[in-house]
Amino acid sequence: MTGPGVQRSALAIVPALNERRSVGLVVQSLLRDAPSVDVLVVDDGSTDGTGAVAAAAGALVLTLPYNLGVGGAMRAGFKYALRSGYAAAVQVDADGQHDAAAVPALLSALASADIVIGARFAGEGEYAVTGMRRGAMRLLAATLSRALRTELTDVTSGFRACNREAMTLFARHYPVEYLGDTVEALLIASRAGLKVAQVPVVMKPRLHGTSTQGTLRSTLYLGRASIALSLAFIRRWPHDEVADVNSHEARQEAR
Amino acid sequence: MTSARILPLFAAGFTLFLMIDLLRRHQLREKYAILWLLVSVSVLVIAVFPGVLANAARLTGVQTPSNLLFFIAALVLLVVCVQLSWEVSRLEDETRALAEEVAILRLDAEKGRFQPPARE
Repeated sequence: MTGPGVQRSALAIVPALNERRSVGLVVQSLLRDAPSVDVLVVDDGSTDGTGAVAAAAGALVLTLPYNLGVGGAMRAGFKYALRSGYAAAVQVDADGQHDAAAVPALLSALASADIVIGARFAGEGEYAVTGMRRGAMRLLAATLSRALRTELTDVTSGFRACNREAMTLFARHYPVEYLGDTVEALLIASRAGLKVAQVPVVMKPRLHGTSTQGTLRSTLYLGRASIALSLAFIRRWPHDEVADVNSHEARQEAR
Repeated sequence: MTSARILPLFAAGFTLFLMIDLLRRHQLREKYAILWLLVSVSVLVIAVFPGVLANAARLTGVQTPSNLLFFIAALVLLVVCVQLSWEVSRLEDETRALAEEVAILRLDAEKGRFQPPARE
């Protein structure tokens, strides 16, 4: 844990809902494999003692009074990171899928972008998803790649790093709907002139629990993803706040 | 007076009374009450002067006056429902922001208990 006077570089934000069995290991691996990073677990209204396990493992714990969803948990995390003076934040899932050893790579890629996605399907590692869901993910990736004018292979990955500009935007405008948190967030960021890049990562199998797959679920997934994406395209964002976050290029020139 | 005229009079009178009472007891914000007051006054006018509705129907080309009434009622209810959904969305955003603030303050307070506050 960071004491007074220590420079605050980056904060790993781990949104967790009833992940008692895996959150401790996730925190430990982050503290071990990414030692320069402080760990904040956002306990999103868990009822199984997730927060206590995370605190015992050495994480800071943000306890939300009731469930806000991944988007709400991340928003709270970004707010905390901004107020505590962290230069960057990286989102890590509590189910153990995200490899803590990849965190430094994500953070260093922030040198040339505002948001860095740790992407599956980007050449490294194997990640199996079936039929419809894979199709939906590819469709989303293709649509967003075109909208953001950059090659993205995995837009639904929750493994991402943000710099302070992106945190400032997301602390106010991180989408709270299901899937919006991953897909819509990228569109909001690009609307605000932020630069998005990706780094290939290997995903590990989850420590506990099963992923939600199956034909019906996949169809629902595609439907909700399409709605989230369509909404993201037509929604307006408050002009003043978007203007606050200057474009990446403009900031580079100013340096 | 026929029973057909007593019913709308009673409905309008009851709504008016309810709104004024809620307002009097500070149970309802003015912005919500005004709409219902307008609705109950309109119903009262139509109950007392049914000719108003008949004339309005003739002017708008609606053949059966009661259909005009139903149409307007449906429209008013739709607008009210949308407005309430909007209010709920806004309230949800506000409580969400409060929950985030509370969580951050709680972490700060807990840190303050276990270690001396860091001055930066």
